[in-house]
Amino acid sequence: MTQIKEKEGFADNLPQRHRSGGFWSRLFQISTGVGIVALIALLLNITNSAFGYVATENKIDPETLAINGIPLEQLHPIDLTYILEQNVSAGFFRAQNNEKPFEERTREEIYDLVIERVVEPEAAATWSLFDSLVHKDKINAEVAEKYPNAELSFQSWINGSFLLSPQSADPERAGVRTAVLGSLWVVTITLLFAFPMGVGAAIYLEEYAGDKWFNRLIQTNINNLAGVPSIIYGILGLAIFVRGMEPITSGAFLGPVDPTTANGRTILSAGLTLGLLILPLVIINAQEAIRAVPGSLRQASFGLGATKWQTIWHHVLPNAIPGILTGTILAVSRALGETAPLVVVGASTFITFDPTSPFSKFTTLPIQIYQWTSRPQDEFRNIAAAAIIVLLIILLSLNVVAVYLRNRYSQKI
Amino acid sequence: MTENKITYAIEAADLNLYYGETLAVRDIDMQIEKQKITAMIGPSGCGKSTVLRAFNRMNDLIPSAHATGSVLYHGKDIYDEDVDPVEVRRRIGMVFQKPNPFPKSIFDNVAWGAQINGYQGNMDELVEESLRDAALWDEVKDKLDKSGLSLSGGQQQRLCIARTIAVKPDIILMDEPASALDPIATLKIEDLMHELAKEFTIIVVTHNMQQAARVSDFTAFFNLGEDHAGVLEEYDVTSNIFTNPKKKTTEDYITGRFG
Repeated sequence: MTQIKEKEGFADNLPQRHRSGGFWSRLFQISTGVGIVALIALLLNITNSAFGYVATENKIDPETLAINGIPLEQLHPIDLTYILEQNVSAGFFRAQNNEKPFEERTREEIYDLVIERVVEPEAAATWSLFDSLVHKDKINAEVAEKYPNAELSFQSWINGSFLLSPQSADPERAGVRTAVLGSLWVVTITLLFAFPMGVGAAIYLEEYAGDKWFNRLIQTNINNLAGVPSIIYGILGLAIFVRGMEPITSGAFLGPVDPTTANGRTILSAGLTLGLLILPLVIINAQEAIRAVPGSLRQASFGLGATKWQTIWHHVLPNAIPGILTGTILAVSRALGETAPLVVVGASTFITFDPTSPFSKFTTLPIQIYQWTSRPQDEFRNIAAAAIIVLLIILLSLNVVAVYLRNRYSQKI
Repeated sequence: MTENKITYAIEAADLNLYYGETLAVRDIDMQIEKQKITAMIGPSGCGKSTVLRAFNRMNDLIPSAHATGSVLYHGKDIYDEDVDPVEVRRRIGMVFQKPNPFPKSIFDNVAWGAQINGYQGNMDELVEESLRDAALWDEVKDKLDKSGLSLSGGQQQRLCIARTIAVKPDIILMDEPASALDPIATLKIEDLMHELAKEFTIIVVTHNMQQAARVSDFTAFFNLGEDHAGVLEEYDVTSNIFTNPKKKTTEDYITGRFG
């Protein structure tokens, strides 16, 4: 087309226009690329720590525990109990026997206890996934030289017993069960609080509140609250739920409580604090969803003699619900990843028993990860990485649920 | 609302309509005959739709809109404080410019309005009767559980009419009901309006002069006044408006000399 001369008064600038368009498109490609690289680096970094070789040294060589030439693995439960009695403190042995008499335990249970308490395998050294894959010979040589008694094995730090074991001071035995259960309890309370409150507020603001200065003020404040640093919500939660509403959040109004939770530092306080934190997000998302319902539907409903509430209940909410659910789940994912406000509200950094009610002490996954990463031993870094993977999987599943709900409800006629 | 011997279906007296401070329509005096089709024509922005929506208080949904004067329905001003707009809209139904069926099944589209208004009779019969009256039954009787949105534009509009007549109103307001439809669908809607006029009073806003001439018994010509507020320029039997208009502006508009 270049042979056609541009009309007078118009610059012949098409190549420039294409060039500048191309420049911006490349710039956007680069920013997307940076994001992808960062994401990949994050995932690689975590996987790198969560898997790898471990040199395990036993405190007592199992071979020395053989009786009459029968290896430990094949010993009779009575012999295993005997070995246990000889090698652990009398107090521990009695405590174990009181918990469940040794005569009633299976051979496997006693054997596991012997390994755990007598043989006491300990990680002498750990290697990252990268080293394990690339420098296998070097690792072998190093183990042979430095830890002659150690056994080298490839370990996935995220495994069944890691998921099912409670917190422990020993990284070999520590697991995320307490933290996962704590997170689920807290997030459930958060959801029960923030969903009805948030959707209710959104309905009021969108459907009932007029365009008065007072309502505009509320709206502006909600928008700003969504950007308030989470630690501030922690302080708010500490003041209101932990201190102010202590008789309620500690469960004291229901009867006598455990002295350790009488201070109100419970799942309930944490859940409500996170509920406050995500409330503005839930409101804003729900408002967006409600606003997206076409006005023609409202008019059709009113035109048939429906009341405002009938219109909202039968038409506005059913059409807004996919958006409301998606927004709420994304807000809950944020609550799931919050650490700072929970530190202030008083998450325990070390508890070994499962939370059993809203009035229990608690810890959550992010708190657990934070606590593990700040430990000096190498192995805690590995289990922190494993816990991060658990957290990411939970977050991803929540997002999958959000997508599923959105598709499911949008397709419904 | 008390039942009186009133000859008119609905009557506007000294009606002024405002959007915020702006006067949109001034001094409307207009009596709508029962079981007749009244067409409202006029250039864009002259307030035809605003007047139409004033007849069932649909303007209430716009926060800034308000009205002075009165709209008498069964001898009662529907703008009186003790009148519930929900009841007004239940008696005076509305069909909109763009077909807007609910994202529900065809059956539910028709049944919903009757249901929320406390209809006690047989719902299946009511739905069939309404769809038959809307000349849609034969096309949809085998797919009542399909979405109302799966129908064509013309069918959707007839579905909207069916759901309006299912609540048994006195008056049906139609805001350019055929402007989004093709000529064949438009013709079907027009035939339907003739049928419906045997039972209902119909007020229809239209931009299509031929349509007004074809379907209506009475025609109201609205125009923009000098202060940019809409006024009712001329209101008469349709044949008079189109063949023997009293005002020059009406004649100019009808013959296409302005507007």
